Amino acid sequence: MTVAIDPQDYLALTQLHAQYAAVVDAADWDAWCDMFTEDCIYKLIPRENHERGLPLATMDFESRGMLKDRAFAIRETLFHDPYYQRHVVGAPRVLEVARDRIVCESNYAVFRTKLSELTTVFNVGRYLDTVVRTDATWRFAERLCVYDSELIANSIIYPI
Amino acid sequence: MPSQPSVFPDKPLWESPGTSRIPFAVYTSEQLHQRELDRFFYRGHWNYVGLEAEIPLAGDFKRTVVGERSVLMVRDKDGAVHVVENVCAHRGMQFCRERHGNRKEFTCPYHQWSYTLSGDLQGVPFRRGVRQDGKVNGGMPADFDLKQNGLTQLKVACRGGVVFASFDHDVEPLEDFLGPVILGYFDRLFNGRKLKVLGYNRQRIPGNWKLMQENIKDPYHPGLLHTWFVTFGLWRADNKSELKMDARHRHAAMISTRGQSGAAAQVTQVSSFKESMQLQDDRFLDIVPEVWWGGPTAVMTTLFPSVILQQQVNSVSTRHIQPDGHGAFNFEWTHFGFDDDDAAMTRRRLRQANLFGPAGFVSADDGEVIEFSQRGFESKPAHRALAELGGRDVGDTDHMVTETLIRGMYQYWREVMEQEDAQ
Repeated sequence: MTVAIDPQDYLALTQLHAQYAAVVDAADWDAWCDMFTEDCIYKLIPRENHERGLPLATMDFESRGMLKDRAFAIRETLFHDPYYQRHVVGAPRVLEVARDRIVCESNYAVFRTKLSELTTVFNVGRYLDTVVRTDATWRFAERLCVYDSELIANSIIYPI
Repeated sequence: MPSQPSVFPDKPLWESPGTSRIPFAVYTSEQLHQRELDRFFYRGHWNYVGLEAEIPLAGDFKRTVVGERSVLMVRDKDGAVHVVENVCAHRGMQFCRERHGNRKEFTCPYHQWSYTLSGDLQGVPFRRGVRQDGKVNGGMPADFDLKQNGLTQLKVACRGGVVFASFDHDVEPLEDFLGPVILGYFDRLFNGRKLKVLGYNRQRIPGNWKLMQENIKDPYHPGLLHTWFVTFGLWRADNKSELKMDARHRHAAMISTRGQSGAAAQVTQVSSFKESMQLQDDRFLDIVPEVWWGGPTAVMTTLFPSVILQQQVNSVSTRHIQPDGHGAFNFEWTHFGFDDDDAAMTRRRLRQANLFGPAGFVSADDGEVIEFSQRGFESKPAHRALAELGGRDVGDTDHMVTETLIRGMYQYWREVMEQEDAQ
C-alpha cells in the first residue's frame, strides 16, 4: 500500500526524523520539547502492553509541559550513570496524509554507550507518529515509541 | 611476607552477632545464592506469582517464575487457580514458551506428552507400543504410572486477588506467613475489590536481588536520592511515618502520611532542594485521596523474598523480584487499578505511574544505585556495608530516620542461612 504524498512534504518529514535523532543524541532537551505541539502525546510503550491493549506506558506524557518536566528531571533530579545514546532511524512509512497532517511509522534502534564501557544495543522498536504543520513548521502531535526490547537494561533516563 | 588478609573470603564474616554491618560477600557468592534459592524461594516461603485478574477465564495462563524456576499460573475449567512447574516430566523441557494465553491442556512439543491444566499427566504417545506384523514394539513399561509422572504442582494461596505459590507443601498458611500486622496492610490494598491490570514494565537490574528488598526497607534514601520527591513536595522528613515488621522481621511496611506544615526546606536538609520549582504540568501530582487508604498516603510493603506491594498516592503496583544468579535480577512491575475506577481515575493512575518503573522520576535511580553497590561489593567482598542509622537493634519505629528494617531482614536471613543443613 502506498499513500500519495507531496515530495516536499516527504522531504520535510524525513528532515523532521533526522532532526529528532540529532536532538536526542545531542541531549538537547529544550530542542526536544520544541519539536512537539503544546498538547502533544509522547509515550514509550512496551510492545506487549501495546499489542494486548494494556494502557500502561513506561513514559506517559500528555503535553509539552510534561516533556519540560522530564527535561528538568534529567538535568536536575534523576541520579544516573552518564551515557550517550545514538539513534538509527529508518525511512518513515507514510500511512495517512491529510491537510497539514501525516500519520507514519518508522523503525528505530538506539545504542547506548557508557563511559569506560562497550557500546550495547539499548532499545529497539518503532515510532508511530502523527505530525502536523503549524506556522510552516512540522511538529509531533503524537509520538508513540513501541519497543520490542523485553527488558530495559536497568533504567531509561533520556527520551527515546 | 606480611599477611594482608584476602580480599576474597571463603564465606561472609559478620563482625558481630548483630546485623548492622553486612558483609559484601552475602551479595557476591553463587554458592550462597543457591542456598538462598533453596531456603527462601523453594522451601518454607510463599512466593508471588501474579494476580487473578491476569487469568480471568477458564484456560487462561501466565508464565512466570518462582525464584529461578519457570512456572505456569493457570485457571482450570472450574475456576480454580493452579501453579505448575514448566518442566516436562519426560525430558525436562520448559515446554511453554508463550508468556500468556489460553489452553485446554498443556502439551510438550518434544514428544507430545500432555497434561491437564492442573498438571496431571493424561497421555503419552506410544505408551502401549506400536503393533506391527502381529507384534507389539516398544511402549512404556507395564508399571508406568501416569499418576506418578505429572508436572510438579505447587501449593497455591489466593487472597484478595493475589496469587502466591510454594514448592513446599508443608509451608505454613499464607496468613501466618505474613503475620497479623503485615496481613492488615495487605488487606488494606487488596480488600476484595476486583483488580484491573493496566500493564507491565520489565527491567533487568545488574545487582543482587536482596538489594531491591533493602531498597524498599530503607526510608533513609528517598528524601536524599530521589530529589524529585523532595523538589515537588511529595517526600518530607516531617511526614508522619511508621515502620512495622512481622514477628520474624522478614516482611515490613513503610507507612507514611504527607506532612502539611512548614516550609519543606527546613526539614529536608537536601542541598539540591529547589522549593521554588513548580511542575510545568502538575497533573503528574493530581492526587485524589481514596477511601480505602484510611489515612496513610503511601504504604510500601516488602514481602520476603519475592515481591513489593506499592501504594504511592494513587499509583498501585506489584513489583516481582525474579533473581537470575547472584549478580542480577529481573524486576517486573504490574500496575493495576480497581474495577470501580472511572476513566479519570484510570488516567490518574497511569499518569502517576510516570514516577515509578524503569524510567520513573523516583524509581529509575534506585536501579542505578543498586548496580553500583553491586560493583562495589564485587570489587572487595571481604569488606562490609553499614546499616547503623537509628542504632544497631531491630524494632518497629514511629519515624523514618532508621535502617532498622534492613537489620531486621538480615536477622532473619542469618537465622535461616546459618542453620546446618538437615538433609
